[in-house]
Amino acid sequence: MQADRAPKNFRDPTTESSAAKWSVITIALLFLAAVLVLPLAAVFTEALRRGWDAAWLAMVNRETLEAMQLTLLVAAIAVPLNTVFGVVAAWAIAKFEFKGKTFLTTLIDLPFSVSPVIAGLIYILLFGSGSFLGPVFNSFGLQILFAVPGIVLATMFVTFPFVARELIPLMQDQGTGDEEAALSLGANGWQTFWYVTLPNIRWGLLYGVLLCNARAMGEFGAVSVVSGRLRGETVTLPLHIEILYNEYNFVAAFAVASLLALLALVTLVLKALLERVYGPRQSLRH
Amino acid sequence: MTAAQASSTRWRWRQPGVLPGFGPALGFTICYLSFIVLIPLAGLGLRSASLGWAEFWRIATDPRVVAALSISFWTSFVAAVINAVFGVIVAWALVRYDFPGRRIVDAAIDLPFALPTAVAGIALTAIYAPTGWIGQLLAPLGIRVAYTPIGIVIALVFIGLPFMVRTVQPVMEEIGKEVEEAAATLGASRLQTIFRVLLPGLVPAILTGFALAFGRAVGEYGSVIFIAGNIPFVSEIAPLLIYIRLEEFNYPAAATIGCLMLILAFVILLSINLIQFWSRRRLGHAS
Repeated sequence: MQADRAPKNFRDPTTESSAAKWSVITIALLFLAAVLVLPLAAVFTEALRRGWDAAWLAMVNRETLEAMQLTLLVAAIAVPLNTVFGVVAAWAIAKFEFKGKTFLTTLIDLPFSVSPVIAGLIYILLFGSGSFLGPVFNSFGLQILFAVPGIVLATMFVTFPFVARELIPLMQDQGTGDEEAALSLGANGWQTFWYVTLPNIRWGLLYGVLLCNARAMGEFGAVSVVSGRLRGETVTLPLHIEILYNEYNFVAAFAVASLLALLALVTLVLKALLERVYGPRQSLRH
Repeated sequence: MTAAQASSTRWRWRQPGVLPGFGPALGFTICYLSFIVLIPLAGLGLRSASLGWAEFWRIATDPRVVAALSISFWTSFVAAVINAVFGVIVAWALVRYDFPGRRIVDAAIDLPFALPTAVAGIALTAIYAPTGWIGQLLAPLGIRVAYTPIGIVIALVFIGLPFMVRTVQPVMEEIGKEVEEAAATLGASRLQTIFRVLLPGLVPAILTGFALAFGRAVGEYGSVIFIAGNIPFVSEIAPLLIYIRLEEFNYPAAATIGCLMLILAFVILLSINLIQFWSRRRLGHAS
């Protein structure tokens, strides 16, 4: 409207000149290229430095496959448990009014502000030598540290808040009207949850699970503290990358790294697609 | 239903409602939270407290510990400052301008969240090593990035970027055009409008993003250890020192450094929150 009547060289006073605009875009894109694109490109170039065959051999190597199995196993335990927790916690926090709610939400977010190394450290202190719990579990023949249970626990700690923090604001926005209607129509509690609440939160839930899974499969710091690096037993994919790298087996390290980079790319694409169906982007901080 | 009825009479601090399952849901939440997060974290505090003040102080003032903590905190600070500057520029470009590939760029911002830290670590090392893509350009100038604190800063910039952009972006999207139009009608130049009207409104969001990026950077491990070179007193970060002490089975020292990191991070984040509170009141913008 305004542009039609305005003189040719008129510029809307709330926009910048196109020279300013394009220099800001150029600076932003150059920065992102240096910070984001370059590392990603480096992973794939280094992996293919000796050609496809060398990279492929590193990927189907027995130790890589064992590491992959462990990573999948750990994610398969930690992600569903944290998902159930996230849904239950969001139900309690978002659908009811009680005192201490903000405090509880803060506590759930706590693992995000703790260093992954400290996440590993606390389980060492809890189950390691000189602790109270370690000997108790050992007497039942159950090894926690430097074994799979420790890795699962450390992973659960670092991925703890993902699903809950995605669902709490979503379920708070949705309120309790739908559930109350279902109950008044004679549905019982479970029916209300399965047929009313769950369909309402499905995209948000999927979103949380996606992010939780990406972190669970990629976690390095916490897992490296509790793992002990027993080959074929407690080496996850990220740890396997570190071992290969420290052995100066760079092509293999980057080949395995490119698998995890692909996982990250798939996660990003799914995340962008989910944001499209799921409406406005939720602020994510992790 | 019975559980809900029972719990509503037992707990007066809850407002009455008709939805079932509050008791079991809250009970499960608190148990799970306690077992996975609270009890293990409390163990860290107990283990450091059981050392006694003198021993705690001796470990805390050990020169290598002090050096590691200060390297961790100042590299995180520098990285967060760099992210504050470029994060605002990136958010500005994404919110205000349309350019080819904007949606892809927007989605790519989250890459550091999705990419495992160990992968980022070896990739950055490969780029900035003296033989790498950028390293070989800087080497003739006498600048070494990999295996120095500069390398740590670069890894932390990578890790912290999405925190800044994703905090500033939604606030920037909500700034109404009226403010800018009012500034323009009052005779402000475009630069004056940006620096004296728009950016002050973003300060609280920038501080929040700064705090988040800083908090994450202080504890970061995976992406840093490959590029840092890990030379004690030069490029050894606090989380790595915890790791080294654990490998030596020196649990008291590891617990103490962990405790110190948590306390320092908490104090710094608290002061950033105070600055944020102050700036929000002073600038009179809600965000």
